[in-house]
Amino acid sequence: MLLRHTPKEITERSALAINPAKTCQPIGAMYAALGIHGCLPHSHGSQGCCAYHRSALTRHYKEPVAASTSSFTEGASVFGGQANMLQAIDNIFAVYDPDVIAIHTTCLSETIGDDLKQIKKKADAEGKIPKGKEIISCSTPSYVGSHVTGFSSMVTSMAKMAEPTGKKNGKLNIIPGWVEPADMEEIKRLVSLAGVKSILFPDTSGVLNGPLSGEYKMFPDGGTTVKELKSTGDSIGTLALGEWCSGEAARWLDSKMKVPCRVLDMPFGLSATDRFIDALRMIAGVSVPDEIALERGQLVDMISDMHQYFYHKKVALVGDPDQLIAMTEFLVSLDMCPIHIVTGTPGKKFEARIKEITKDMPFEVNVRAKGDMFLLHQWIKNEPVDLLIGNTYCKYIARDEDIPFVRWGFPILDRQGHQYFPTVGYKGGLRLLEKILGVLLDRLDRDAPEQSFELVL
Amino acid sequence: MATTKKKLVQWDPAHVKAELLAKYPSKVARKRAKQIMINEAQGNETPEISANVRTTPGIITMRGCTYAGCKGVIMGPTRDIVNLVHGPIGCSFYAWLTRRNQTDAGPDGENYMNYCFSTDMQDSDIIFGGEKKLIQAIQEAYDLFHPRSIAIFATCPVGLIGDDIHTVAKRMKEKFGDCNVYAFSCEGYKGVSQSAGHHIANNQVFKHIVGENDAEKPGKYKINLLGEYNIGGDGFEIDRIFKKCGITCISTFSGNSTYDQFASAHKADLNAVMCHRSINYVADMLETKFGIPWIKVNFIGADATAKSLRKIAEYFGDKELIDQVEAVIAEEMPEVLAARTDVRTRTEGKTAMMFVGGSRAHHYKELFNEMGMKTISAGYEFGHRDDYEGRQVIPTLEVDADSRNIEEIHVEADETRYQARKTPAEFEALEKAGYTFKQYDGLVPDMDQGTIIIDDLNQYEAEKLVELMKPDIFCAGVKEKYSIQKLGVPMKQLHSYDSGGPYAGFKGAVNFYQEIDRLVNSRVWSYMQAPWQKNPELSASYVWE
Repeated sequence: MLLRHTPKEITERSALAINPAKTCQPIGAMYAALGIHGCLPHSHGSQGCCAYHRSALTRHYKEPVAASTSSFTEGASVFGGQANMLQAIDNIFAVYDPDVIAIHTTCLSETIGDDLKQIKKKADAEGKIPKGKEIISCSTPSYVGSHVTGFSSMVTSMAKMAEPTGKKNGKLNIIPGWVEPADMEEIKRLVSLAGVKSILFPDTSGVLNGPLSGEYKMFPDGGTTVKELKSTGDSIGTLALGEWCSGEAARWLDSKMKVPCRVLDMPFGLSATDRFIDALRMIAGVSVPDEIALERGQLVDMISDMHQYFYHKKVALVGDPDQLIAMTEFLVSLDMCPIHIVTGTPGKKFEARIKEITKDMPFEVNVRAKGDMFLLHQWIKNEPVDLLIGNTYCKYIARDEDIPFVRWGFPILDRQGHQYFPTVGYKGGLRLLEKILGVLLDRLDRDAPEQSFELVL
Repeated sequence: MATTKKKLVQWDPAHVKAELLAKYPSKVARKRAKQIMINEAQGNETPEISANVRTTPGIITMRGCTYAGCKGVIMGPTRDIVNLVHGPIGCSFYAWLTRRNQTDAGPDGENYMNYCFSTDMQDSDIIFGGEKKLIQAIQEAYDLFHPRSIAIFATCPVGLIGDDIHTVAKRMKEKFGDCNVYAFSCEGYKGVSQSAGHHIANNQVFKHIVGENDAEKPGKYKINLLGEYNIGGDGFEIDRIFKKCGITCISTFSGNSTYDQFASAHKADLNAVMCHRSINYVADMLETKFGIPWIKVNFIGADATAKSLRKIAEYFGDKELIDQVEAVIAEEMPEVLAARTDVRTRTEGKTAMMFVGGSRAHHYKELFNEMGMKTISAGYEFGHRDDYEGRQVIPTLEVDADSRNIEEIHVEADETRYQARKTPAEFEALEKAGYTFKQYDGLVPDMDQGTIIIDDLNQYEAEKLVELMKPDIFCAGVKEKYSIQKLGVPMKQLHSYDSGGPYAGFKGAVNFYQEIDRLVNSRVWSYMQAPWQKNPELSASYVWE
C-alpha cells in the first residue's frame, strides 16, 4: 500500500495539513500571466519559488515556462527587495525584452512588506521602463488563499490595464478562469461560432500548447495582447466563468469601468454550458446557430446511450472550486452520485453551493472547502466509491483502494492530452463522458466472470 | 532509427564566450565573464572560475533555493521520517514526490515518502507567530503515525517572523520520549542556491541522528555510500552490485534510506562519496568524530563503477574481496561492452552539453565518453570552486556574506567511539601505492582543452550555446527541457531523468547508452518542417489542370 499509514478512523486536525488539495498563490499568478502575449512573469522572492512554479507548470503542460525571479538573498530579506527588483527590471528589458513584466509577490516579499506599486513608481521615475512597455503587479502572499486566488489576483491586475476611450468596441470580455489552453481555445471557438466578438483573458492557448518546429519562442504567438487588455474597458460586457477564478476581475470592470458583468459557472458539462451559451446569446443579442444546437444534442445523445453505466455510481472528487461546482452538477445530471468532495481553497460559499446541487441525491454528501486529500482518502475508506476524479496525486488513493480514476484538474504529471483536448463546452462534455465511461467499462471488463464477460456493452 | 549523419560544427570558444556576454548590461557581463571559462591549460595550473556566487536578479536561472536542497534533495529520500514543512502550503506541495527518489519499504515497512506534510501557515500565523501551530502539527503527526522521527523544515517566512523551531523540536522530543524531533533552518533566502541547504541538512543529520545507534551491524567490508539519492532506482543497482561483491552498505545518504541507517553510519569502516557537493560535509565530520576515512567514488559509467569497486576493495586489502570484485566485474562487463559496441556505431563523435548539479555534470561525462561522445560544454547549477577545480582550492576560498550565514559546526573526535580504521603504517602504504583519501580533482581537469565551462548557466545562455555549438544532446533539468527541445535538440534531464533509469552501475550504463541512442537518433528531430515549408515554391507541373 502506497498510503499505508492513512487510518480509516477520522480524527480532527487543526494544524497539520496532509496531502494538500491546493498549492500557493504565486503559481496561479504565474499561470495567468503566461496568458498575456509577450509577457514575462516575475516572482518577487527567493529563487526557489520561481524554480518550483516553473517546474510544476512545465511538468503539467510539457512546455517551456519562462519566468524570472528577484533572487532574494538574506541581505535582501533584511533590507527589502527594492534593489533586487529594480535590477531585475533593467536586466529583463535588456536581455529578454518582453512587452509586459507581470510581477507577483511571495510570502517572503510580503512578510518584509515590499511595496510593488512604490517600486514601480521608482522604476518609472528612474526611466527603467522603456516606452511602450508595461509592468503590472499583484499581491500573492502564499499564506493567504490558494493557487486559485493567486490566479484571480493576476487576472484582476490584467483587468486593471483597461484604458477606456469612451467608445464601445462591440466586444464581449470573457474571463475563462484557470482552465487548460485547449479549453480557452474551445471557448473562443464556441463564442465565434455564436457570432460574438470577444476579448478572452487570460489566454494560454498558443502559449502552453505550442508546436515543435525547430524554433524556440520565449514569447509564443498566443496570449491576450496588451492592446486587447487596454480595450476591455470599452467592451459591451463581461462574462466571468467561475466565481473563484474570474469573479473579482469582472466585478472590478463592472464597478470601475461600467462594463456590466455576469458571473457564471465554468462551462463544464451540459447545464453549465447551456447557461454559458444562453448568456452569450442574450448579452450579445445573437441567435444560437444550429451547429451549437447539434453539439448539444450529441452530448445529450451520449448521456442517454450510456446512462445505464452512470446511474447511481458513487464518485469522489478533488480539485478547485470552480471546476468542482460544474463537475458536481454534471455528474448529478447524469444521475451519478458525487459523495465525497474536497477542495483546498477556502470559502464557505463552496460548501453551500455543493450542498445545493446535491440536495436531491439519494446519498449524503461529504464536502469540505478547507480539506485535503488525506481526509478524502479517509472518507473513501469509510464509504467506498466507484469512481475518483482529480489530479495526478489521486493515483496513490486509486491504486490503494482499487478505484477507477479519471485525471482532471491541476496538476496532471503522468498523462498527456489535457493541453490539447478541451473538457469545456458540449464537445468537452463528450470527452469527459468518454473518459469516465472508459475507466468504468474497463473495470467492468476486468472484473466480469468469464461466463458473463460480454462483447457488446 | 535514423542513420547517423556526421555533421561538422565549427566554433571558436572565444567567439562563443563573447556572444554569450554581448547582450548583457555591462555589470552583468563583467560578473558572468568570470563564470564562463574557456578550458585552457595555464602552465600546470587549473584555471580559476567564479562559482557559488549570487545569481543576478532578473536573469532566468536554473537554480532553486536552500529549502529545496535541504528538504527536497537530502532529507526527501528517507522513508521513515515524517518530514513536516513549517510554512505556507506551496513549499511542501512542490517537493511532494517530484524528485524520482525510489524507496523499498517492503510490504509493511514505515514509508511516509508518498505523503506531504505541512503546517499550511495562514496570515494570522505570520502576524502572531507560527510556533503554536507547529507544536500542534507535530503533536497531530505523532498521534496519527507514531513515527520514530519527525523532521521540521523552515521556509522563508519562518525565519523572518522568528519562530524558534529548534526549541520547539527539542521540547517535543523530550515530551514524546520515543520520537526524535529536530529542525532545519533552511529558509529559501539563505545562501545562493540549493547548495546551502545541503550543508544545513548535513549538519543537522550529523548532530541529531548519526551515532544514535551503537548496535553492531552484521556483515563484512562495511561502507557508507554518501551522496546517492536513488533517482530512478540508481541506488538499487548499486546495492545489487555491492551485495554481489560482498560489500555491506551500512547507510546510504540518502537514497532508499531509513532513520536507522543514518543512526548507524558511524559503524562503517569507509565512506564512499558519490556527490561531492551535497554530502562532503558529512564525510568530513564522520572522519573527524569517528575516524572513518573517505574516498571519492563514481558509479555513473560502467568503467567508473569498476574503478570505484576496485578502489573500495583495495582499501580493505582483503584478497577475498579483491577476487570477488574482479569476478563481478568480469561477469558484468561483457553485456555492457556488447551494448556499448552496438550503440557506438550510432553515437560515436556526437557531442553533449551538461549543466546539472554539483557533481552530475562530471559523473555523466564518463558515460558519454564510453559512448564515444564528447562533452563540449559543461557546468554546475550550484557547484563550488572545489567541484570545478579540485579540493586543493578549499583553503583559498573566500567566505562571502552568503556563505557566512551557513552554520559550520565544530566536530571533535568522539572520546569513546573514535577509532582509526587502519594503522598509520597501513595508511602510508596505501598512499604510497597511489591511493588517495579525501581527494576530488573536480570537473575541469577532465574536460578537453578549449571546451567551455559555465557556472550557473541561464536560459538565455543555454539557448545561445545550442545555437552556436549545435550539440547533439543537452542535459539539464525539467525547466530547461522543452525550450531546448523546441530548438530541435534532444534534452535529457539529469536531475530526475524525465523517466527511465537506473543509469548507475553496470545495468544502468546499458540503460543510459540505449536512452541516449534513442534520443540522439530519434526520427522526431527530422519532422521539424512540413514538406511545403521545405520546398515552398509552387511548380506549374503539379498544378491540377
